Amino acid sequence: MTTMTTKIYIPRDAAALALGADKVAKAMEEATAARGLDATIVRNGSRGLHWLEPLVEVETPEGRVAYGPVKARDVASLLDAGLVTGGNHALCLGKTEDIPFLKQQTRLTFARCGVIDPLSLDDYRAHGGLRGLQNAIAMEPMAIVAQVTDSGLRGRGGAGFPTGIKWKTVLEAAGTRKYIVCNADEGDSGTFADRMIMEGDPFVLIEGMAISGIATGATKGFIYTRSEYPHAIATMAEAIEIARAAGVLGPSVLGSGRAFDMEVRTGAGAYVCGEETALLNSLEGKRGIVRAKPPLPAHKGLFDCPTVINNVISLASVPIIMDRGAAFYRDFGMGRSRGTIPIQIAGNVKHSGLFETAFGLALGETIDHIGGGTASGRPVKAVQVGGPLGAYFPRALFDTPFDYEAFAARDGLIGHAGIVVFDDTADMLKQARFAMEFCAIESCGKCTPCRIGSTRGVEVADKIAAGIEPEKNRELLADLCNTMKFGSLCALGGFTPYPVVSAMTHFPDDFKPAPLVEAAE
Amino acid sequence: MNIHQPRADVTGRTLAIVGELKGLEGPLLPILHEIQHEFGYVPQDCLPVIARELNLSRAEVYGVFSFYHDFREHPAGRHVLKLCRAEACQSMGGDQLAERAKRLLGIDFHETTPDGAVTLEPVYCLGLCSCAPSAMLDGEVHARVDADDLEALVAEARR
Repeated sequence: MTTMTTKIYIPRDAAALALGADKVAKAMEEATAARGLDATIVRNGSRGLHWLEPLVEVETPEGRVAYGPVKARDVASLLDAGLVTGGNHALCLGKTEDIPFLKQQTRLTFARCGVIDPLSLDDYRAHGGLRGLQNAIAMEPMAIVAQVTDSGLRGRGGAGFPTGIKWKTVLEAAGTRKYIVCNADEGDSGTFADRMIMEGDPFVLIEGMAISGIATGATKGFIYTRSEYPHAIATMAEAIEIARAAGVLGPSVLGSGRAFDMEVRTGAGAYVCGEETALLNSLEGKRGIVRAKPPLPAHKGLFDCPTVINNVISLASVPIIMDRGAAFYRDFGMGRSRGTIPIQIAGNVKHSGLFETAFGLALGETIDHIGGGTASGRPVKAVQVGGPLGAYFPRALFDTPFDYEAFAARDGLIGHAGIVVFDDTADMLKQARFAMEFCAIESCGKCTPCRIGSTRGVEVADKIAAGIEPEKNRELLADLCNTMKFGSLCALGGFTPYPVVSAMTHFPDDFKPAPLVEAAE
Repeated sequence: MNIHQPRADVTGRTLAIVGELKGLEGPLLPILHEIQHEFGYVPQDCLPVIARELNLSRAEVYGVFSFYHDFREHPAGRHVLKLCRAEACQSMGGDQLAERAKRLLGIDFHETTPDGAVTLEPVYCLGLCSCAPSAMLDGEVHARVDADDLEALVAEARR
């Protein structure tokens, strides 16, 4: 009988590392060596089952078997129980693919995340990678743009603008120099999908950007990400080197004769740089001040050149569209929201993590059934969807399906599809105040409603909390929100009213003593 | 005009860093990051040097330096403890954890302990929202931080 080296997977994703994955890997390496076991450790990305991290997997003839959450001190007993052959143990979760949280998903963009070694281009190819780019280099730019347009893909950063239309504008724009900019400035609390892709499947982002470059005539790409993401930066930079050495990037992408190259740039702790025009200024080496639009970045973007600026998930969804076709992708979803969305379930929730699914799943489903309710075991009071600029929804709105238009119809937004769950101990006035405080800290200062309004908002919220003329101050806060919503230059000042107004509307008791009139729900 | 003469090592290192990075498109942020990496903060003596080398005004360079939360004007403590203050961490007791950290260290956010050991800073999201509350000690991430974990982190930082 021949023996094969057993592969043991221990994630290198930041969430796993933050929960001790490096210690587990070290203990595993030492213990397998000491026992003379023929095993090798692969540091994969995360499967997104974060309540089970560090999630250790072992390859068996029947498929991968999972164990978690594993601590370094569990390693000895796991090996005693026969981990290398998928042996049973108290931490054994059975076959990874059969874990309900994973089994219920439709993984298109995240198909490889957590499965492969993120820095193995061979692994990437073996799991379908580069097929989209291969197809693209054999096509006319307009045909690539048409395929992306037909797929129905819309900007996953939150705005939901059709990706293909954006590309078409850049393709048709005059200019010898064009850029692809990936907005990886994922600053919204409750979101980590971009980070997971960059750490778990960086080549899919590189491939998506290369396709975008070939489709629009851009030859240079930038990934602008956050200094708070050191692991993502390191993995991305290494993956770019590997891709360049393999000819995926460079003067002739996959031998096509078409050039595309890219680099990673790091922000410096400014939330507003997630706004696309502030991001462009930051990339140029300026203060991250928002630009007035028009001109659109597609016409005059980075260094005044035509620029595609797309979110990580938008770009990372392109390879599968170019591989499987527009119709394949478009067939998932509901209404005008086509394809899949990686929902990030976070905060006070039992089963937290990343859940990729077709658009249309009800909000409550993700929280009660998939998420399993709160981690604290207390009732859910509110969920904030879409980051610090997203609305707080009460249970009464849990039937809202994940769909750009459905959320907008209820004065909310999907944003980057992060959900933060709060139990009944949350004080919504405090959350509303925080929204204003955060806006005040992060405002770029260019427009008055955002710069001044947010500070006044904090003061008014404090007056309400102190019981000073509460009725008058609630009206003032609502009026201030109206001014910010319609008078701000960008989404920071413009959307900060979403959490504030939704908190006031849906949780009037927290803005006591007198409940708001319009709050009858 | 600046009445302080830049220290030779600061100027020399700054020139070397600028020389290495000025070929990049939009080099100012990479340069400031590298300077902070080199010195642990951005010595103000660097700014006129950068301005001259990049053909920018000193006001422009100072404007960029001061806009971003990451860049420090003064050295931090030997260790930097960042606690996430954003919503997902709030939902899991982040505020109480922050109060505890302040008490344990005897300082507020943006302050350094008198012995120069620890600087405490807020951070708005480490992307670890699914395992909140989270913290970062000298670039190393920690999740599901409870009171005991925090005490261990503070003890580690104090050493």
